[in-house]
Amino acid sequence: MADFLIYALLAGCSVAMLAGPLGCFAVWRRMAYFGDTLAHSALTGVALGLILSVNVSLAIVLFSLLLALALVALQHNSSLASDTLLGILSHAMLATGLVLVALFGRGRVDLYAYLFGDLLAVTPADLFTIAAVAAVIIPGLIAIWRPLLSLTVHEELAQVEGVAVVRTKLLLMLMMALLVAVAMKVVGVMLVTALLIIPAAASRRLARSPEQMAIGASLIGMTAVIGGVASSFVWDTPAGPSAVICAALAFGLSLLRPMPA
Amino acid sequence: MSTDTALVAGRQLSLAFGNRQILQDVDITLMAGQIVTLIGPNGAGKTSLVRLVLGLEQPTGGSLRRRPGLRIGYMPQKLHLDPSLPLTVTRFLRLAHNDRAAIAANLALTGVDHLANSSMHHLSGGELQRVLLARALLRNPSLLVLDEPVQGVDVAGQARLYQLIADIRDQRQCGVLMVSHDLHLVMAATDTVICLNQHVCCQGHPDNVSEHPAYLELFGHSATAGIAVYTHHHDHDHDMHGDVTNCDASHCQHKDHHHG
Repeated sequence: MADFLIYALLAGCSVAMLAGPLGCFAVWRRMAYFGDTLAHSALTGVALGLILSVNVSLAIVLFSLLLALALVALQHNSSLASDTLLGILSHAMLATGLVLVALFGRGRVDLYAYLFGDLLAVTPADLFTIAAVAAVIIPGLIAIWRPLLSLTVHEELAQVEGVAVVRTKLLLMLMMALLVAVAMKVVGVMLVTALLIIPAAASRRLARSPEQMAIGASLIGMTAVIGGVASSFVWDTPAGPSAVICAALAFGLSLLRPMPA
Repeated sequence: MSTDTALVAGRQLSLAFGNRQILQDVDITLMAGQIVTLIGPNGAGKTSLVRLVLGLEQPTGGSLRRRPGLRIGYMPQKLHLDPSLPLTVTRFLRLAHNDRAAIAANLALTGVDHLANSSMHHLSGGELQRVLLARALLRNPSLLVLDEPVQGVDVAGQARLYQLIADIRDQRQCGVLMVSHDLHLVMAATDTVICLNQHVCCQGHPDNVSEHPAYLELFGHSATAGIAVYTHHHDHDHDMHGDVTNCDASHCQHKDHHHG
């Protein structure tokens, strides 16, 4: 098999594996909009990375983190509904990113690749970045799994039982920001949320426990990525969007199964 | 009551959000082995007072002391579980304390051990309350805080649930703070009723509070039957129609507020 295919599969499957459990929390905690906002703002991160001449992945992560913190602060001090606030930020950030990239990235940035991913162009350096992100997310998620689940079920009950609620939620956002930064390479800014939400939703009816749902989401996401890469190789379709279609098909299939008791 | 041995002692507690005063100069003492029931109209600040006791909110005035190392078992009023989250009863309880033997024992105690492997999404109102109570008991707390523990439960079920709470208090000698959803139904085993409307209108034994002018003013004379008290077989010595004594002055903080 060609190297670029192996890189594409490794990168795509790693990101889908990480997106499984994080996507479950996005679904359980109704953070789909939040994921969108993070993803859309990543383009501004790309532009800032180019302008300031720092590593683009690092720029995306830092900018996403900053945005996540700003969101938390805004949600506590705003009279606007959370989804309105996220909608404003999300699209303002996307527009800012598009303008900045047009101004400063002309000739240096393949905008289409950032918007919709370019899995077949993954390099060994990208794989290294993904591995580093996985090395943070996997142990981190295991460490906070129970408190995070507990506060997802009932935040105040968790707090009375001694869960450090604010810290745990911040850690979840940190991990989401890290994932978004690497998922961009796979499916692009526009479809990052799809990679989070769809495999998790598809896994719901197959699972009787949160852990089963998370693992199921990882497996479905990885299968979808393999399908996307295969489709890209055989029919020359864009790999990221093809993977999202595969995930959506899996979700459709899952609906045939009745809700478990 | 000595406050030295109190599980929780709040003095002159006040809580305000911006210009809105929620609670004013509230005294509350929770002792081991005693059941305190909060009653009061909607918006009286019952839930806010509970949040202060739980430490979820900080008072804007007054002092609140918890006994060092105090372990609180909390039963929230509602559980909004997203339907996308698959969760069995046992898994739900493991979130609080991952000890399967303790989980089985507490599910048996609250009478829902047959539901251990059921989905949390398929419980009836009464079953859910019992599962929540089992979770509150799981970490062997010295104070139980129950926010409207019998809501969504039919009348016969309410009596059984109150009986269960009284039995748990008897066995474990834990303190209990309870918010009552129904002004007129307060369990017989309650030691102290605190009638709250921003401040403490009156407090005392259920039999006495029901005759207190502040209570009558707050809830109207239609409540002349007073607080209907669930009695149970441990409590034959309760004097349901006994002395009509108003709260003594030290217990009453009734001021010149008009309650409307």
